[in-house]
Amino acid sequence: MFDAIATLLTSDAMYVSTFQLSVLFVFAGTGEWVAERAGTFNISVEGMLLAGAFGAVVGHEWIASGVVGLVVGALFGLLVAILQANLSHRLTANQFVVGLALNVLVLGLTAFLSRTFTFGPARAQVLTVPLLADIPLVGEALFARPWPAYLVYPFVPLLWWAVYRTRWGLEARSVGENPQAADVTGIDVNARRRQAIYVTGLACGIGGAFIVLGQVGSFQSGIINGRGFVAIAAVIFGGWTLRGTVIGGVLFGFVQALTIAIPANGYSIDPFVLSAAPYVVALTVVMVFATRVRQPRALAQPFVRGLT
Amino acid sequence: MGSSGVALMNDPVRSARWITRRLPTSNPVLTTLLYVLSLAVALGISGLLVASTGGSASAVLGALLDGSLRTPGAWGLTLTTMAPLLMVAVGTIVATRACLVNIGQEGQVLMGACFAGYLAVRLGGPAWFVITASILFGAVGGGVWAGVAAGLRAWRNVPEVLTTLLLSFVAVSLLTYGLRQNWLLGDRNDEIINQLNSGEKLPPDIQLPEFTVFGNEIDSAFLIAVGLAAVLAVIVGRTVLGARIDIVGFNPRAAQRFGVASGPLSSAVLIGSGATAGVAGAVLLTGAAASDRLVFGFSGNFGWDGLLVALLARNRVLLAIPMAFLFAVLRTGSSFLASTGVDRKMTDVVQALLVLALLIPPAVLAGIERRRTLAQISPASPVRAVDSPIAEKVG
Repeated sequence: MFDAIATLLTSDAMYVSTFQLSVLFVFAGTGEWVAERAGTFNISVEGMLLAGAFGAVVGHEWIASGVVGLVVGALFGLLVAILQANLSHRLTANQFVVGLALNVLVLGLTAFLSRTFTFGPARAQVLTVPLLADIPLVGEALFARPWPAYLVYPFVPLLWWAVYRTRWGLEARSVGENPQAADVTGIDVNARRRQAIYVTGLACGIGGAFIVLGQVGSFQSGIINGRGFVAIAAVIFGGWTLRGTVIGGVLFGFVQALTIAIPANGYSIDPFVLSAAPYVVALTVVMVFATRVRQPRALAQPFVRGLT
Repeated sequence: MGSSGVALMNDPVRSARWITRRLPTSNPVLTTLLYVLSLAVALGISGLLVASTGGSASAVLGALLDGSLRTPGAWGLTLTTMAPLLMVAVGTIVATRACLVNIGQEGQVLMGACFAGYLAVRLGGPAWFVITASILFGAVGGGVWAGVAAGLRAWRNVPEVLTTLLLSFVAVSLLTYGLRQNWLLGDRNDEIINQLNSGEKLPPDIQLPEFTVFGNEIDSAFLIAVGLAAVLAVIVGRTVLGARIDIVGFNPRAAQRFGVASGPLSSAVLIGSGATAGVAGAVLLTGAAASDRLVFGFSGNFGWDGLLVALLARNRVLLAIPMAFLFAVLRTGSSFLASTGVDRKMTDVVQALLVLALLIPPAVLAGIERRRTLAQISPASPVRAVDSPIAEKVG
């Protein structure tokens, strides 16, 4: 058993696949984190990721370039976010209902369109950073990736800066803690919440596009398969902090990498027990951490001025 | 228990139910107009989508109606399909009324089917006894699966919106695992389990009876579903328990003052909604028209679609019956879409668009009502107190 763990932890492939699988969780998790800090429990992450993945193949089909694929993917994610934000924070429809309906809509629409039209393979090129990529164990995992993966390095600090060091970020966080107080000081509560969801949409769009461009290379309708919900668990795991969310994303990426690496290295555990592992780990982690952390006080509560 | 179990809703005063029941205005013309308009937009978008992908919208509609209503015997199939959808939906509605967000019906349906399937092939005795016991065991299965989420909610304050969902994915893996083990769900005949990896075939007499109306074979699961809806409608609308559920849903703090233990009640309601989903799973297995063995992907999205039915019914148990019928029409009709060259996934899009469309009128009406109320109260607001008669007298 310890043998097995030692073998896995010293193989380059393990680090590579952990990083590859973490990118999705980090983008989706940190994006969701912004929405939740602003007070929206946004469950359309799944739909946004799927839209991003579909956007990537559409963009790549349109102009055969990874950049276009990534941009179109991000825009598709943003499109879902625009629907979610305006239905739940302009029309004040219930955010869970909107999120669920959007997930089903995106799943149905992408499945329908991907069966009706055929899309060619869409891959981004691998970009190797010289010297750094030669570091043993982690070099290849961190510095010889398909180029969209590198976006995660500036993205997280940028998000930190936007949320903790700008006026917009302060307002967004205040809207998630005490919307009444924020409203009295002149902040447009629902506008901040909508903008936070737009950030989620962009992040998830990029994450979904990465899955296609950097990993799978084509679109299937089961390509996300509930990983958006695991990303939500990463936010709870992180206790609604950015650092914790990133750690949670990497943890879930690692667990998913394990489920691939264990059979590949010849250790026999039933593959279907393994396929449940990320969800079981997410459940366990949420169970352990849910009461130790403080959630944004107005999480999942709609705001209508003068209602209370 | 006390304050525990209200994870997502910190401030109980504002944690009003996540779908409001009454429409915020009394103008029936405007209400009807808005509903017709938004439904027309949803169907229009669907039609455009079909047309832009080279299909014909009228052919699609014709095929849907042929498959679900117009061909001989189609009514029976549609009503049979409606049964599990309705079962899932009514349980969800009760949970929603208690301000619970149970969105893991897919997993609860699967677990119901697994539990029922396990018992049905092992329990001996008269057929009616085995069927009844299996369906009840299916309810236990769904209840156990929702109970995990309920327990985590009560004990660790974990939002049930996330746990129910994650448990669905675990249920899928569990079924696939179970189907490979012949001591669990797999066929005990070694040849078959090696070939098919499917569950054991139910004995031929373990099957819900059908009844025939005008040449339509309707599964008696339909009667169970409608009966369940009626019973739950009475419980919700006419009993103390229903009133307690409503109080917890509208205002947990008031519930505490009334002496309603919101924690245990919420857990019980969540488990109950899982149990109705479990019955749906059991019926999918023991129904006459249904598959007679467990297979991969057994639940066939009935859990998700039942959830959408509940959302469409806006918290009213009896309204779930026509909504479940509508979804059953789409589902059975979609099998006829192949002839029109339009992929059957199109019906998923239509279903989601319908849910979104029906969200819009209440929201718009609430906005109109709010503006009107504000216009009425603004003259008396303290800012303009000088204008009030009292101020004149004092002045």
